[in-house]
Amino acid sequence: MNETLDAESAEWVRGLAGSGGRREAALARLHERLVRIARGEVSRRGPRLAISGPELDDLAYQAAADALVAILGKLGQFRGESRFTTWAYKFVILEVSAKIGRHFWRHPAVALDGEDWDRLPGWFGFDPVQEAEWRDLLAALRRAVETELTSRQREIFVAIVLNGVPLDALVLRLGSSRNAIYKMLFDARRKLRAALAANGYLPDDCSGGS
Amino acid sequence: MNGWPALERFLRTDPRDVGCAQAMEMLHVYAELVASGDPAEERYPGIAAHLHACGPCGEDFQGLLAAIRGEAP
Repeated sequence: MNETLDAESAEWVRGLAGSGGRREAALARLHERLVRIARGEVSRRGPRLAISGPELDDLAYQAAADALVAILGKLGQFRGESRFTTWAYKFVILEVSAKIGRHFWRHPAVALDGEDWDRLPGWFGFDPVQEAEWRDLLAALRRAVETELTSRQREIFVAIVLNGVPLDALVLRLGSSRNAIYKMLFDARRKLRAALAANGYLPDDCSGGS
Repeated sequence: MNGWPALERFLRTDPRDVGCAQAMEMLHVYAELVASGDPAEERYPGIAAHLHACGPCGEDFQGLLAAIRGEAP
């Protein structure tokens, strides 16, 4: 299994898959690394989050602990496509993301049942000088949202685009997966673009798929 | 030609986009290639397209890249 691993990665796998004091030492070393990476990641994302101080630190420790469990559970799946530490750090980065998504619903700043169309001009950087034009564009976009999207696509578009719910937070609320929500939003974007292009609001696109 | 670049960018979809599951499956490999200066976008255009378009996966990629660069000797 380990013939393709670099020496350092092989040492990690041997230590973690072993027993006794050697395993304990490897676990402690990995946990320490994961905590450091998690703390680095929450500080990197911190300025854009409504979380700070001890709460952020707590989130980092929880992410490291959960990542360690996940890594041990999947140790047999590590194939040496990257260094072991890179593979392991992916787990802790994903745990940080998931925990930030969960945290959103502790103090949600948005309502899921509204449709905040007034958010869009600022979000898309529309120039107030061109208001007459973009009002027309937004009306066309709104019509396309109502007529072109399925109810599930509309629900996701409204939550993410109009109401500013982070995708990972919506995943938790809908009991879905990031992949499924992204795919639905992807299809919604493609349909909306096609509708706006067909009505002359956007240029025809030959690279946007069918 | 188009006066709405941000809207245009948001609505534009790339048919090479592999989606979140496949991008996350290979994220460690992709990030290591980028960190070592290899042409990751050429080897994995579908992952590159996805990371450009998907905010959460792009954020995870930047986080992993920062983590491994922080460990560089």
